[in-house]
Amino acid sequence: MTILQTGNLTKKFGKFTALDGVDIEVNKGEVYGFIGPNGAGKSTTIRILLGMLKATAGNATIFGLDAWKDAVDIHKRVAYVPGDVNLWPNLTGGEVIDLFLKFRGAKGKGRREELISRFALDPSKKCGTYSKGNRQKIALIAAFSSEADLYILDEPTSGLDPLMERVFQECVMEAKNQGKSVLLSSHILSEVERLCDRVGIIREGKMIETGTLSELRHLTRTNLQVETKEAMTDLSGVKGVHAIKQKGQTLSFQVDTEEMDAVMKHISRYGIVRLESAPPTLEDLFMRHYEGTGKPNRGAGGEA
Amino acid sequence: MSKQLYHQTGNFIRFLLRRDKIRLPIWLFSLIGFTILLTLAMDNLYPTQADRNQLAETMINPAVTAMIGPGYGLDSYTLGAMIAHQMLGITALVVGIMSILLVVRHTRADEEEGRLELFRSLPSGRLTSLAAVLIVMVSIQLLLALTTGFGLYALGFDSLNLEGSLLYGAALGAVGIFFTAITALFAQLSETSRGSIGLSFTVLGLAYLFRAIGDVSNETLSWFSPFGWALGTEVYVNNYWWPLLLTVGVSLVLIILTLYLNAIRDMESGFLPSRPGRKHAAALLQSPTGLVLRLQRTSLVAWSIAMLIFGATYGSVLGDTEAFFEDIEMMEQMLPPIEGVSLTEQFLTMLMTIMALISTVPALMVLFKLKSEENAGRIGHLLSRTISRKQLLASYFLVSVLGGFVMLSCSALGIGLVGISVLDGGISLGTFYQAAIVYLPAIWLMIGFAVLLLGVIPKIAGLAWLYLGYSFVVVYMGGMLQLPNWLEKLTPFGYIPQFPVEEIGFANLSLLSLTAAILMAAGFAGFSKRDIQG
Repeated sequence: MTILQTGNLTKKFGKFTALDGVDIEVNKGEVYGFIGPNGAGKSTTIRILLGMLKATAGNATIFGLDAWKDAVDIHKRVAYVPGDVNLWPNLTGGEVIDLFLKFRGAKGKGRREELISRFALDPSKKCGTYSKGNRQKIALIAAFSSEADLYILDEPTSGLDPLMERVFQECVMEAKNQGKSVLLSSHILSEVERLCDRVGIIREGKMIETGTLSELRHLTRTNLQVETKEAMTDLSGVKGVHAIKQKGQTLSFQVDTEEMDAVMKHISRYGIVRLESAPPTLEDLFMRHYEGTGKPNRGAGGEA
Repeated sequence: MSKQLYHQTGNFIRFLLRRDKIRLPIWLFSLIGFTILLTLAMDNLYPTQADRNQLAETMINPAVTAMIGPGYGLDSYTLGAMIAHQMLGITALVVGIMSILLVVRHTRADEEEGRLELFRSLPSGRLTSLAAVLIVMVSIQLLLALTTGFGLYALGFDSLNLEGSLLYGAALGAVGIFFTAITALFAQLSETSRGSIGLSFTVLGLAYLFRAIGDVSNETLSWFSPFGWALGTEVYVNNYWWPLLLTVGVSLVLIILTLYLNAIRDMESGFLPSRPGRKHAAALLQSPTGLVLRLQRTSLVAWSIAMLIFGATYGSVLGDTEAFFEDIEMMEQMLPPIEGVSLTEQFLTMLMTIMALISTVPALMVLFKLKSEENAGRIGHLLSRTISRKQLLASYFLVSVLGGFVMLSCSALGIGLVGISVLDGGISLGTFYQAAIVYLPAIWLMIGFAVLLLGVIPKIAGLAWLYLGYSFVVVYMGGMLQLPNWLEKLTPFGYIPQFPVEEIGFANLSLLSLTAAILMAAGFAGFSKRDIQG
């Protein structure tokens, strides 16, 4: 069942095209990773989904409702955490959490206490004295203690320490196990790799890749490290082999997935002593999409 | 559709009231208290109709008209006519300032800081926050109008009748509603809170100026100003209500336009194009002192202009001084007559003290910017580079001293240039300037005290303001309140020779300067040693 969908979503700020036909689909019980460099259009997309910006063209629906026209009804079932949380300096963290819960119309305090202790937050301090990570925790606690069906998280862990980052990941997995959906925008690719069922990569306002991690991997290269009895001298001429590096007896290189069979046949002729293969990390995927574009980021900015 | 626009407005109103549970009552109580207390004081000072008629005669001159507005019922200057003339315009100005500051705080400032974003992600309508702010602000103005109105009536003076009192309050409220509307509109147009505040204050200043020029020369011009509308009610004399209907009507149109603009625009965007800034830092900016100057440029320029105008306003009344003070008992206490010195010169020394005290405010503000920068964790950017603590403090100190000098000079020029033209001879510009500039050592001492606090015990640095406030009370009102003389000797302003009435004695000035230097040295030493915040 589709929870969130955008079709040909386009947003222009004056002459600048921030989004150019973005398609995203997030299903029930799915964690969707939304990645891309600064200024690519992640936050713009999210703000359109939240009804804060009006799309120039295309459509954005959540729960089958229009993101701009039915924002209030949608927001009753959506929890949002921005990357840069600014709060009212003279209210305490506990007050802000209650305030957000009240606005959501939550009955009771839900998991408030449990989450406060899991995130190790002191709710009695004024927001003005919290560090960035602590302000982030407040937004996360308010989000996860509400009974939302969709979580929209825009770089929610920037500023969290590794322990809290783990608590965050647990919370996301718990939500997923309860059949809830998550749209997670993040620069921490290991986090996306661990949590997300599907990933979408955006660049300069266009979606350039979407799919499950294994689907994406299929499109790309595998890292190999090989040690052979006889020296391999002609490897650079083999089709589908890239980025050869020699370190002592060991050669490391990347192989296009579709050429794997031919490359292995070629290598085995030299007598393999040792062979290690690693699937490409999301970082490899990401870098591959960006390297060589050579263009400076000229986005609207607004990222933390 | 209205659900999409206004959902949870009630909850948002409660939130606003909670956020401002201290701020709002302070504004309201101060405004109402000011009105009530000043009315009582006026009655005390001018108890009889004869006293008031005498005052009314001195009020018929362009300078006064420009400053406070045209007088109505001057031929029978009742207490009502008097307070409407003397206080309504200036109180309305303060109400305007209150509206601007409160509205920007809850609209563009919240939006700019990203706090509105969190609200908009909750089930709240697109116009919820704006509508809540408008409702709260209009209610505050209504409350102000009613309490002021009934408060004045409750004082029980004959001339403060019920209709007039309610109209007096309503005039204040109407001006407040107008500036609420105009500020809310600018909060849609400009992308930043600074921009919204700047535009709103420009309108406030122009409104005041239009009224001032209009009242003196061309009455039609006054009718383009909300202050003109408020004063046009001729409270306690003719009690016209229709100018207020005009004010509220215009505000209503502005509010509808504001809501419409907010509904169609993207969050965090504006309608006025934002100019791209410089890509590179100018040469001047690339030093700590340049940075301090650059960050406070607008504020310093605004203060300089304000001091110039402030001086000029005082200058403009110098011509009427003799007539003004001759028969006023209170002024005799403040300025006991001295043989061989004109009342004007005596009055001048008092004005100079006030202007020196006020010139100290921007000088201290420059210095205290260091504290807010420290609290915001921004001085770490400088101290972690090749700038020493002494250099950093010295930059603020330098600009502060320079600021004090410029402010004092501006006020002296203002009062001097205008004063000479109304006095036709008698006092030269040099005398005016000298009378002002002798106060520099006192300002230095205040700066020195602030440096000491900032350097050694930053937590209680606010004491510097308290000390300035004390100086103001003692020097300005010491004579009137019959305070013992030694109290005046606890402030540096009490040691400054009252030129041109007294000779300039250099002993006191040197002593003040020396003390200032010692305080500064101690402050610098402390700042090099103490912990830095953030």
